[in-house]
Amino acid sequence: MRITVERRLRQPRWLVVAVPVGSVVVAFLIAGIVLLATGHDPLSTYRQLFDAGFIQTGSLNQTLITSTPLAFTGLAAAAAFRMKLFNIGAEGQMYMGAITGAAAGLYLGGRGGPSAFAIAAMVVMGCLGGSAWALIPGILRAFLKTNEILTSLLLNYVAGLVLTYLIFESESYWRQTKGFNATVFPTGKPLPSSAVWPGWTIHLQGGINVPLGAGFAVLAAIVLWGLYKRTRFGFEAQVLGDSERAARYAGVRVRRKILAVMALSGGIAGLGGASQVGDFAHSLDGDPNGLQKLGYGYTGIVIAALARYNPFAVVVVAFLIGGLENAGNTLQGANFPAGLVGVIQGIILFSALGGELLVRHRVRLSRTAAAATSPEAAS
Amino acid sequence: MNNSLLVVLIASGVAYGTPLLYAALGELLAERSGVLNLGVEGMMLVGAVMGFWTVERLHTNTAIALAAAVLVAAVMGALMASIHAFLVITLRASQIVSGLALTIFAGAAGLSSYLGNDLNLADQPAVHTFKAVFPASMQRWPVIGPIVFGQNVLVYISWVCVVAIWLYLSRTRPGLNVRSVGESPAAADTMGINVTAYRYAHTVAGGAFAGVAGGTITLAITPQWVAGITGGAGWIAIALVIFAFWRPELCLVGAYFFGALQALAPQLQARNISLGPTVLWTNALPYVMTIVVLVVVSSGTARSRLGAPAALGNAYVREER
Repeated sequence: MRITVERRLRQPRWLVVAVPVGSVVVAFLIAGIVLLATGHDPLSTYRQLFDAGFIQTGSLNQTLITSTPLAFTGLAAAAAFRMKLFNIGAEGQMYMGAITGAAAGLYLGGRGGPSAFAIAAMVVMGCLGGSAWALIPGILRAFLKTNEILTSLLLNYVAGLVLTYLIFESESYWRQTKGFNATVFPTGKPLPSSAVWPGWTIHLQGGINVPLGAGFAVLAAIVLWGLYKRTRFGFEAQVLGDSERAARYAGVRVRRKILAVMALSGGIAGLGGASQVGDFAHSLDGDPNGLQKLGYGYTGIVIAALARYNPFAVVVVAFLIGGLENAGNTLQGANFPAGLVGVIQGIILFSALGGELLVRHRVRLSRTAAAATSPEAAS
Repeated sequence: MNNSLLVVLIASGVAYGTPLLYAALGELLAERSGVLNLGVEGMMLVGAVMGFWTVERLHTNTAIALAAAVLVAAVMGALMASIHAFLVITLRASQIVSGLALTIFAGAAGLSSYLGNDLNLADQPAVHTFKAVFPASMQRWPVIGPIVFGQNVLVYISWVCVVAIWLYLSRTRPGLNVRSVGESPAAADTMGINVTAYRYAHTVAGGAFAGVAGGTITLAITPQWVAGITGGAGWIAIALVIFAFWRPELCLVGAYFFGALQALAPQLQARNISLGPTVLWTNALPYVMTIVVLVVVSSGTARSRLGAPAALGNAYVREER
């Protein structure tokens, strides 16, 4: 028996869907083995996960709360990874977007202008905050050829420290300094009601609130798809991702493109941060055990890879992974150790990566070494 | 004199730098064979949690328990690295994405935290820890006392490792083979060197080093288990390999420099010295400095090219040359 692996000339369309789906199934099988090895019943664990993520009363409402930021960070990762620009800083860019978005909301919300104006300002400021933070690794990469993986990642820690600093270690504009509670435990200043983002209620499962941010995420996915599939910008970014040299010969301005893609990626993540403040927290969450513990930016990478960087697939996968995360948070306890969801996500990502081999290559089994080389056996 | 800020900083720089050094040496081995492993943070965390678990649950004398703990940490790190090795060497997956996947799988919100919770390791005092080996009288010697004789055995082992890896890479036949696999796998293959075997061996060995690095944190530096206890040390270690131009002896210098930066914040606070207006600055210093040094190193483009293995990050497929 001999296994040969050879590159496919054409990638069949059905494989592009079948492989990610198959890898999720394989991942749950492997995670089941991990569960068995640590003395948990996989079937009942999975049933509980599915129940808590999608079926139970109120579960879909909660799932949308985790899915919305994940859609943003997933899109942010997809936008950059597509060009082989490995921006792992969506986490920090999201914090920065939350900080700038919250500043806009706090400033404009209390001034009696129309609510839409305050919200629009939060969106713009959130994008700008995320973009600015992403441009640090972007500029370093474009002009000094510094590895963007390490710089964008290290900046996540810095952004986290800034976030904590603003609420816990200083009397900043974002911190609630008045009232009794403020002296007991540091919290962010609550957003004025006119800056709180509206949502739409679906009357199912006891009321599901669809946040405005989820709408923005879908919009961002459409824009991103159009940008990459229908514009010159997207085409050039794609070429650059495949071969920097080819792009240079074709006259693509490489530096500009790197900066633009980083700003785009960071902007989407920053919008996610603004949505965190406007949709859900309604204040800046500086607690190291709050927003920072959730690691939305890192999960976004899993989502983008599983969606094979397709923006629409990112939205769908974000919803599913969001359900998984939400179920993990709901069930967390003695029978359901924290970290399990991360383990499952990691395994999903591993099998999606392994599955990529099947999309790109043809694997053949043949009886003898000689048969593998003869053209008859190959057909 | 031994209490002066400089001596204390160097002494604690050596202590805090040791996990960075182990992790960087491991990453260096993998990268020299052409495999980039961004999963260092995850491998360190799994090593850290399982090393800590071993000392908590193994009821023997201190020396055996600690030796077993380091061994367990190394084995766990190696296991984690073997997943990465299989994906990138056999299945030809992207080394960058696979390494990230490893960090997500094993990292602060993944396997290490799952194990820590499932084995009930949080909020437990360490039963055994690594302590300074030399007698207190020697530790009082001026300057070299705290710096050289005030350390635990893991520090001294790491020095042996630096010399051993340096000798291995520069003076032995297998070391030469590793370098050729990292520079030009096709040429190495033609010479009859088994590229796959070399890459597997060094990636897995690198994982063992990362596991020990994690163990150093939970067994010697902060003897306890908290999810995500490494706090980005794995990423600093990856950056260290770049600063060190892929050379073990320079990893040592870099690791101690960053160790000292980590020690700076608590030391300054203890002495009521403030560097800037806020604690934010001192806390962020190790991360910011890593970025600054990375920029300095990479802007001299020609120089960094001297060190990087030419085939780093590329899968080797014999048929696709």
